[in-house]
Amino acid sequence: MLEAIGASDVDTLFRCIPEKLRLDRALKLPRAASEQEVLAELEVLAANNAHSDSFDWFLGAGTYSHFVPSAVDALISRAEFYTAYTPYQPEISQGTLQAIFEWQTMISGLTGLEVANASMYDGASATAEAALMAMRVTRRTGVVVAAGLHPHYRQVLDTYLAGLGAEVRTLPRTETGASADPAELIGDDTACVIIQQPSFLGTVEDLACLAEATHARGALFIVAVTEALSLALLRAPGDLGADLVCGEAQSFGVPPAFGGPHLGFLAARMKHVRQLPGRLVGETVDTRGKRGFVLTLSTREQHIRRERATSNICTNQGLCLMMATVYLALLGRRGLRELAELNFSRAEYAKRKLTAAGLELALPGPTFNEFAVKLREPSEAALSRARDAGLIAGLDLAPYAPDLGPALLVCATELTGADAIDRLCDALAPQASR
Amino acid sequence: MSESPKTHPTVPGGDPNTGRGLTYEEPLLFERSRPGRVGYSLPAADVPHAPAEETLPQGWLRDDIEGLPEVSEIDVVRHFTRLSTWNAAVDLGLYPLGSCTMKYNPKVNERVARLPGFARSHPLQPESEAQGILELLHRLEGFLAEISGMDHVTLQPAAGAQGELAGVMMIRAYHELRGEKRTRILVPDSAHGTNPASAALNGYDVVSVPSGPDGILHPEAVDALMDESVAALMVTNPNTLGIFEEHIAEIAAIVHARGGLVYGDGANLNALLGLTRPGDQGIDVMHFNLHKTFSTPHGGGGPGAGPVGIKAALAPHLPKPIVRQREDGRYELSDDVPHSIGRLHGSHGNFGMAVRAYTYIRSLGPDGLKRCAEMAVLNANYLLARLRDRFHVPYDRPVMHECVLSDRDLAETGVTTLDVAKRLIDHGYHPPTIYFPLVVQGALMIEPTESESLESLDRFATTLLAIETEAHEAPELVRTAPHHTRHSRLDETRAARKPVLRWQPDEPLS
Repeated sequence: MLEAIGASDVDTLFRCIPEKLRLDRALKLPRAASEQEVLAELEVLAANNAHSDSFDWFLGAGTYSHFVPSAVDALISRAEFYTAYTPYQPEISQGTLQAIFEWQTMISGLTGLEVANASMYDGASATAEAALMAMRVTRRTGVVVAAGLHPHYRQVLDTYLAGLGAEVRTLPRTETGASADPAELIGDDTACVIIQQPSFLGTVEDLACLAEATHARGALFIVAVTEALSLALLRAPGDLGADLVCGEAQSFGVPPAFGGPHLGFLAARMKHVRQLPGRLVGETVDTRGKRGFVLTLSTREQHIRRERATSNICTNQGLCLMMATVYLALLGRRGLRELAELNFSRAEYAKRKLTAAGLELALPGPTFNEFAVKLREPSEAALSRARDAGLIAGLDLAPYAPDLGPALLVCATELTGADAIDRLCDALAPQASR
Repeated sequence: MSESPKTHPTVPGGDPNTGRGLTYEEPLLFERSRPGRVGYSLPAADVPHAPAEETLPQGWLRDDIEGLPEVSEIDVVRHFTRLSTWNAAVDLGLYPLGSCTMKYNPKVNERVARLPGFARSHPLQPESEAQGILELLHRLEGFLAEISGMDHVTLQPAAGAQGELAGVMMIRAYHELRGEKRTRILVPDSAHGTNPASAALNGYDVVSVPSGPDGILHPEAVDALMDESVAALMVTNPNTLGIFEEHIAEIAAIVHARGGLVYGDGANLNALLGLTRPGDQGIDVMHFNLHKTFSTPHGGGGPGAGPVGIKAALAPHLPKPIVRQREDGRYELSDDVPHSIGRLHGSHGNFGMAVRAYTYIRSLGPDGLKRCAEMAVLNANYLLARLRDRFHVPYDRPVMHECVLSDRDLAETGVTTLDVAKRLIDHGYHPPTIYFPLVVQGALMIEPTESESLESLDRFATTLLAIETEAHEAPELVRTAPHHTRHSRLDETRAARKPVLRWQPDEPLS
């Protein structure tokens, strides 16, 4: 090889690197390990973490532990999916392209909007991108955000908007848990109102009412969803006036994995498609008239438009999208609904049990599979007792909603059976103190 | 023969979903749907059914879920298995997509990432219950800092482009803290499109810096544009022509002398592992692409991961939270970053990718990583040597990990870069990156990576040379390629002119 190149040795190839810039020592990294050794090392690290197989898991708050059918991992483990890249060459990427087209169709149906992109990094960045999109569409710079938006989403939104001179106002929560009337906060410069459904604290919002108030001032109504399974039970946000629906689809077959990689989504109305960020797949035909799929409307994107692009996003979350598409195909229109109803029933059961044991719900508003419950003691004590009983009981709300006093955000799913809920109840409201 | 786009070839009495031999046709999921089919079983109802309409107003509930099919498990398995056979992939063959570093993705990475203690852990579980994860993150930050010569690393950005965004935000915060209002960012004309897009997302004006006739940046060009209004220069080294920016240290000195910072796009870091470090070249901020350099799979377009390395001067601006080791040896997540740019990700970034990258670095060790860079560079130069006599080489000089050819010498045949790319498909190759970088007209950007053997490179070179011959002797054959794929060339203009972005039933479902 060196002869063909005309080089005497490999070092010759690096003459273009000035001598003073060359590293004159070995990298200070642990020596190479065999596959067996690497596995052993990583198994030790993995064993040092709690996970949803080792505890009964009531912690949600934006990342949900759901059962994943075996076919999901089996199919996404096909190397033709996971060792391919962005489908730039459609003739040899039809597998990925058709799956993305199916995903776009599914998200469009679930959200009640006409077009969904091929996914974003996560729900938080999808929400930030939705706000940026609303600013482009309306040519306005103000953003009104519900207090019920996941606090991490809010932080990411603030980060994305920091350099752009946008004014962000917070729409307060009322005593029921629902958002207040936004009318007073929306000005002539408001690009959008962002509402999370269900809210971070689990309560279901009256979207139609909020949408009307938003549209009355010419702003776009954005609905953010962190528990995508709720879309199977609750009316599609697009049917209730949402102009953009964004959020996190991790619930659809994507492992929690300490928070990533997850699967952001963003759906819109067709009239706004040219302001939509991210990849889009469209249907077309080949020269023989056969149906096929291609990446399309790419003049929106950074590799064509550079600094005038709708976003700098380059990758999508392709493999996570594949997990979700397989998952949604397996459950289908009936299975997903039944699963959502089971989640809802389990959460209602948990609420009844906890209140019967003398605890009080923090907010009276209706919920889907997650709710806030007040504790009679500092939350550390309750969480610790639950842990000893093999339960991760929920999220300590002290840092997120201090006005509620000691409280937990508790999530019930198909993985938390009646028996686990009963034990949760015993741990959070022990008999002795009743 | 022409088919309407919504029908499929049928044999009378035969299965409309079967193609020829073992190449299968496969409709959309929605077209396979039959009422009542599910591919899922729910656990027994152990709590009373709670009717949602008793708690929620009827108008808040949905009737039916539009957009979801009804199919059985085997329908789903066959559907996606068939779809998978229509994809090119690294595990099928050489995938020389320049700038994307389509190297082999070791199987052990996948096994490790699926360990329950990683895959089923939750981002908000107590830190005391996530010590193994935090330790891994902390160690990986250290590995990347050592490899790059940077002082700190954040693993939060979810992709290279988000890493760029984070890096530019830190640059902005750095200047703002010093009370400076800088408004411009310099970006070379050969840069990735994400660079100017990331700068613009931060409200900066983008100024293009011309590369020299030798394909690299020259100090004079930067010197002419660099003033107190410039926040930073964004460079990719090796650049997108595969050429090492040999004046980088001098250029960085010019930028620093006028108060600017230098951003390094780490897309091409694979060429430098163990040989030279961006931090030693004068780079202040850089991102890594774990899916390029550190073998995490490309996944059909993601997820990637885009950690960012910085010099100490930028540490006050790191995204929150950061991973820290306490004095007692335990690990924690801390928000103690005085002038942080804030949070970029809903959780802690693409942790699953960090696990794979960690596994890769541990598997290769310092010598293996260096050898990886050497082999990648050797392979690219070998391909260039095999091809340079028959293809135009716009910048004919030694390259690093990738080489760029053009279609200039094919002009008389009417064959373009696109045609060459499509003809490669007929021979079982994923084409190189085409028409990028923009500084080369009709560019073919080839990155073989270190994963390929001599025989594999020879077969690829021989194929490209055969296509060059075909271009002269049978240009029509090349111009109408591919001929052996399920689909011939797809009409991208039609897709964009009248966008069809979801499936809709032709007639109401019965």
